[in-house]
Amino acid sequence: MNKFVKFGLPALTLALLGAGWWLGLAWAPPDREMGEVQRIMYVHVPLQWMAMMAMFINFVAAVTYLMRQSWKTDAMAEASAEVGLLFGTLGMITGSIWGRPTWGVYWSWDPRLTSEAILLVSYTGYLVLRRFVEDPEKRAVWSAVVAIIGAINLPIVWFSVRWWRSLHQVQSSPKTVDPQMVLPLRVSAFGMLALLIVFLVHRYRIALAERKAEVALPEALPTDDPALRASHSSKVA
Amino acid sequence: MKAPNPRRAPGLFATTLVLLRKDLLIEWRTRARLNALVFFAMATLLLFSFALGPDTKLLERNAGGYLWLAILFASVLCLGESFRVETENACLDGVRLAPADARAIFLSKALGNALLLLALSAVLVPVMVALYGVRIVTGVGDLAGILVLGSLALSAPGTVYAAISSNARARDVLLPLLLFPLVIPALLSAAKGTTLVLQGDPMQQLGSWQGLLLGFNLIYWGVGFVLFPRVIED
Repeated sequence: MNKFVKFGLPALTLALLGAGWWLGLAWAPPDREMGEVQRIMYVHVPLQWMAMMAMFINFVAAVTYLMRQSWKTDAMAEASAEVGLLFGTLGMITGSIWGRPTWGVYWSWDPRLTSEAILLVSYTGYLVLRRFVEDPEKRAVWSAVVAIIGAINLPIVWFSVRWWRSLHQVQSSPKTVDPQMVLPLRVSAFGMLALLIVFLVHRYRIALAERKAEVALPEALPTDDPALRASHSSKVA
Repeated sequence: MKAPNPRRAPGLFATTLVLLRKDLLIEWRTRARLNALVFFAMATLLLFSFALGPDTKLLERNAGGYLWLAILFASVLCLGESFRVETENACLDGVRLAPADARAIFLSKALGNALLLLALSAVLVPVMVALYGVRIVTGVGDLAGILVLGSLALSAPGTVYAAISSNARARDVLLPLLLFPLVIPALLSAAKGTTLVLQGDPMQQLGSWQGLLLGFNLIYWGVGFVLFPRVIED
C-alpha cells in the first residue's frame, strides 16, 4: 500500500473533519429556528451523502462484475456495501438524535425515514447473503444480482423528500443557506469523503485478501492473475 | 408459406408454456403446495383476529393489510417450494440441458407462483369477508385487479430470490430477509388498494395505487427477466 493511502489520507481525513467540525461548532451561527441543535447537520448530512455514494459504488461494482468477472470488483462490492451500511446507520442515528428535540420524536413514519430504513434492511440482507454462500464464484454472481435489484431503492430514497412533501425537509442548496453554514458543511463533507475512501480502501484490501485465500486452495477456480495463482499453489504445495 | 422446420428449437413463449404446464401438472397431481398455502394463510388470518382481540371495527378497518400480510407470509412458502422440486435430483440441470432458455424458466416459475398466489387469494377473500365482516364496496372487478397485480408483484422478485436462496445455507431465513424489504412498496400499494376496494373510494385514489403496482411489476419483471439467467448459470 502506498504511503499516501496509509498515512497521508488518514491525516488529511482528521484535518478536514477537525476543521469542518470546528467551523460548524464554533464559527457558524446557530440556526434561527432550531438553534444549536441544527449543528448536528455537519455530521448527519455528510454521513448520509457518503452512505448513498458507497451504495452507488456497490451498484456500479455489481454491474461491472456481471459484465466482466473479477475478484477486484467483487471485493469492491463487498467493501462498499459494508461501509455504506455503517455510514447509513450512523446517519440514521444522528438523524434521530436531531429529530427528538426538533420534531419531538426519535422516529416518525415519514417517507424519507421509512425508505431509508428499508434501504438499510435490504443491504443487511445483501451482507447476510454474502455470509451464507460458500462458493466464492456463486456468491459473487448472486450478490451482484441482489445488489442491482436492491439499488432500485436508491433513487426512491433520494427523491422521497421531493415526491412526498412531509416532515423531513427538502435538500437545501447553497443558494438557500447562509454562506457561513455552507462552508463548514462543505469542509465536513470532504472530510467524510476522505474517511469513506480510507474505510473503503482498507475494507477492499481485506475482502480481496479473503477472496484470494479462498480461491487459492482449489486450483480450478480462477483468479485475476495467473502468476499469482501459481505462486499461491506453490505456497500451498 | 414454409413448413415449420421440425428441428428448430421452440421459442421463448412456447418453452415458457411447456415449463408452466409441467409445474402446474406437478402441483395438480400432488396438490401439496396449494393445500399447505391455504391452511397456512387461513391460520394467519385467524391469528390476527386472536392477537388483536374481537374488536370487529379494528379488524374491518385493517382487513386489507391483514389479507396481504397473510399472502406475503404464504408467498415465502410458495416461492421456496417452487425451487425445491427442481433442486431435488438436479432437475434444474435437466431442464437447462433440455435445453430450455433460462429466461423461459424465470417466466414459467414466476407465472406459476403468481397463479398459485392468485388461487390462494381466491380462497382467502371469502374467508376474510366472513371472519372480519367486510363488504366489497367498489366491486369484485377492482378487487380482482388488485389481487392479480399484487400476486404478480410478489412473484417476480420472489422467484429470483428463491432461486438464489434455494442453494444457499439457511435458506429459510435468507428468502424473507431478502424479499421483505424489497416488496414493501408492492405490499403497501396492494394493501391500500384492497382497503379502498373494501371501504369505498370517494377520492378516486385506487387508480394511483394500481399504477404504482403496475410500475413495480414492470421494473421487477424486467430486471428479473434480464438477471435470472446469471443466477442459475454454473
